[in-house]
Amino acid sequence: MEVFLQTLVAGILKGGLYSLIGIGMTLIMGVMGIINLAHGQLMMVAMYVTFVCFHYLGIDPYLALFISAPLLFVLGMVIQKYTLNPLMEVESLLPENQVLMTVGIGMVLTEIARFVFGSDYRSLKTSYSSSAFYLGEISFSVALTAAFFLAVAFTVFMFWFLLKTDMGRSIRAVGQDKDAASLMGVNPRRITIITFGIGAALVAVAGTLLMPLYYLFPDIGGPFTRKAFVITILGGLGSTVGAIFGGVTLGLAESFGATYIGMAYDDMIGLLIFLLVLLFLPGGFKRLTKI
Amino acid sequence: MAETSGQKADCRPFASTHGEKNQKMTVKRILPLGLLFVLILFPLMVRDDYQQHLMILVLMWVVIGSGWNVIAGYTGQVSFGDAAFFGTGAYTAGLFAYKLGISAWWAMAFGGVMAMAVALPFGWICFRLKGAYFALATLALNEVMRHVATLWESLTDGMVGILIMQTFVSKVPYYYIALALAAVSVLSIEMIMGSKWGYYFVSIREDEDAAESLGIDTHFYKMVSLNIAAFLTGMAGSLYMNYMGFIDPEVVFSLHDISIMAILVGIVGGVGTLYGPVVGAFVMVAVHEFFRTGFFGFFNTLAVLTGSDVVHVVAGYVMQAHVLGFGILVVVVILLLPNGIVGDWEKMMGTLSSVRKKGMAG
Amino acid sequence: MSLFEVRGLVKHFGGLAAVNNVSFKVHKGEILGLIGPNGSGKTTIFNLISNYHRPTRGTIHFKGRNITGLKTHRISRLGIGRTFQIVKPLGRMTVLDNVIAAAFAKVATKAQARDLALETLAFCSFEHRKEVLAKTLSIGERKRLEIARVMATQPELLLLDETAAGLNPLELEGAIELIKKIRDKGVSIIIVEHIMKVMMTISDRIHAISFGETIAEGTPHEVANNAAVIEAYLGKEYAEGS
Repeated sequence: MEVFLQTLVAGILKGGLYSLIGIGMTLIMGVMGIINLAHGQLMMVAMYVTFVCFHYLGIDPYLALFISAPLLFVLGMVIQKYTLNPLMEVESLLPENQVLMTVGIGMVLTEIARFVFGSDYRSLKTSYSSSAFYLGEISFSVALTAAFFLAVAFTVFMFWFLLKTDMGRSIRAVGQDKDAASLMGVNPRRITIITFGIGAALVAVAGTLLMPLYYLFPDIGGPFTRKAFVITILGGLGSTVGAIFGGVTLGLAESFGATYIGMAYDDMIGLLIFLLVLLFLPGGFKRLTKI
Repeated sequence: MAETSGQKADCRPFASTHGEKNQKMTVKRILPLGLLFVLILFPLMVRDDYQQHLMILVLMWVVIGSGWNVIAGYTGQVSFGDAAFFGTGAYTAGLFAYKLGISAWWAMAFGGVMAMAVALPFGWICFRLKGAYFALATLALNEVMRHVATLWESLTDGMVGILIMQTFVSKVPYYYIALALAAVSVLSIEMIMGSKWGYYFVSIREDEDAAESLGIDTHFYKMVSLNIAAFLTGMAGSLYMNYMGFIDPEVVFSLHDISIMAILVGIVGGVGTLYGPVVGAFVMVAVHEFFRTGFFGFFNTLAVLTGSDVVHVVAGYVMQAHVLGFGILVVVVILLLPNGIVGDWEKMMGTLSSVRKKGMAG
Repeated sequence: MSLFEVRGLVKHFGGLAAVNNVSFKVHKGEILGLIGPNGSGKTTIFNLISNYHRPTRGTIHFKGRNITGLKTHRISRLGIGRTFQIVKPLGRMTVLDNVIAAAFAKVATKAQARDLALETLAFCSFEHRKEVLAKTLSIGERKRLEIARVMATQPELLLLDETAAGLNPLELEGAIELIKKIRDKGVSIIIVEHIMKVMMTISDRIHAISFGETIAEGTPHEVANNAAVIEAYLGKEYAEGS
């Protein structure tokens, strides 16, 4: 029973962070229809930024948030403006050019990281990295729990942003009908640039918060991109609530998979869930929500 | 007549099969035949092992790229996971030799068949998915196959991989087998595209609903198309096993080195054209080698010539960053040549000639 | 026995009944007009017949056989062809290739398909545009292509969905001529239109629909003077006035 609860807790906490990854990606997919296969790589960049902040500047990861998120926000905007938006102008035989472009970008980001930092594993050990507190018999990793609550805070902020602000409404409008939105005075191109930036910033937050818990190396982007997909598809494209649901589900699935089946299989589990959801639940849980 | 502005994306897949005599058609026939002739003579003229190796790779990519082009270019169902078929073919060949003691050559045909065995249930289940979702599913398939090969150790020896005895010492027999495979691939695709299947594939790409309304069983023909691609790619995988003598899951099920490369071959060469994959294979292998060897050893040579340490270091960096160069290439190509070399041929020629004109005037 | 019949056709989308208990027959060689205001369910009926959507209730019969729920391409092969209200040209293929693709439903080899395609294009007076890419055609030409394409599948029953919408008067005359030619060839037709002139001119009988339900059926003259029809199109005052 105790093992079960422990696994459950770990799953939910991780799930909170996964949700952040998912929200970023689902926004991008829902609003622009762009499948961003570089999402995990953006996170990787944020993690390296956090690493640099910590090791060379002595900045604690939680403060480094204020550096990594804006930085990735700008990077995201640049990527959208110079590589993805131009693609929308060009008519080509296959609409999937855009996906391929993100693959190329992911490769470039990974290799630049490898170039600068080498392929060695890096990690970040803060004073609280390995500490835990206990509720009864269940241990809660301090870093993970703090990250979870911050993730929740950011998620709530995103909700408020999308529902209550003009910019948020514009983004949702473009996501629903680009032409109608532009007829109402919204500039879709500007919105797509900002949205990609937001997506990148969100995943940067997730990366920064996760940094104390993971080993970092250039190729870590790939698996995270895959996770981002599972989460997004589970939750339904463009659905922020769905991304939360998807994130927690994946967190739980991985947690239970690791505990009861075996460590090597957690990637497989994600993949299988992904395929199953694609096939049987193509809309995800989007139908239940407004955003 | 209403003209579309912007870049054209027509590919007139059937122009050459209309039986109407025109200038272009004769040239289109002679060029490939000429190329084939040169390719047949190649190993006799060029004895260098390394270059023969490169050509074998090129021919292999012609097969894989052509296969991808059938399902993605002609039928419009973009696959991001062709490595699943390649790896299946490779492992089939390897396991035939390793576990069953049968010559891996028998497995060449079986490699294609086993790849189809993977394609059949996958297509059956996943073709209901549209466009980008299908692409994602192929990605998942790629990864699932890779994991299966890694985890099913009793069958595949997992990460250790499979090592077999190579039949030939010289590269030349492998070259001719690869050439035969490539030629047969291109020829059969040409025949298929000129037939009912070809028309049906392109109709599905253009408008699936319209195709259904014309009596086309879209699900069936998507399956046919996928299986053609799987068969060819699987055969290429089997060839690879025989030629290299060693495979492991990371290599033959590699997303970046096989699946993405296949897409690049198709896109750079020209999606939905017959010879696009041929051109693409040449270009991509050349570019890949170019980056991997640091501009074909240019930097190394420069370092030796100048005796400079700095250049040596730079050379090291350049070679290390070859994947980076590759990635940048992907980005650039998609931006500038979305229809590939063959597809954007006119556009390319236009740019070149205007550059030349400027040069002459100024 | 009639060539084609729908019985008690019902289609619910969520809570909305888009089609509510519609029945009609089509006799061999006749042109049945399906009229109704926008949104009355006409195209939905076509979509039900060709099984783009499955009927919630009701059956569809063709040549005495129950074809409800058969796959779309099967229905086409059985001899029911349709055009689309929003035309669907196979854009990056030429006009000729569009029709050849359709012709393969009836013949096996490329040469035969080409012959059938050319023949069909000639029949539709569209041969002169055969080498043009479909996506560069004007709207009138695209509609003609829709018809030529489906005719190459040699249907016995043809469902024409708003063939006349968006055509200028000259094109309209041409379209009407073509439809008559098709009927003279022996093809039975159900035509959905809301341009009155077209309907009145060519239909043998008309079936009027409003909000998914049948409101009248009869000869063009009968239906045009039917109070319920007038009300549906023009409102109550006009109906009471006539």
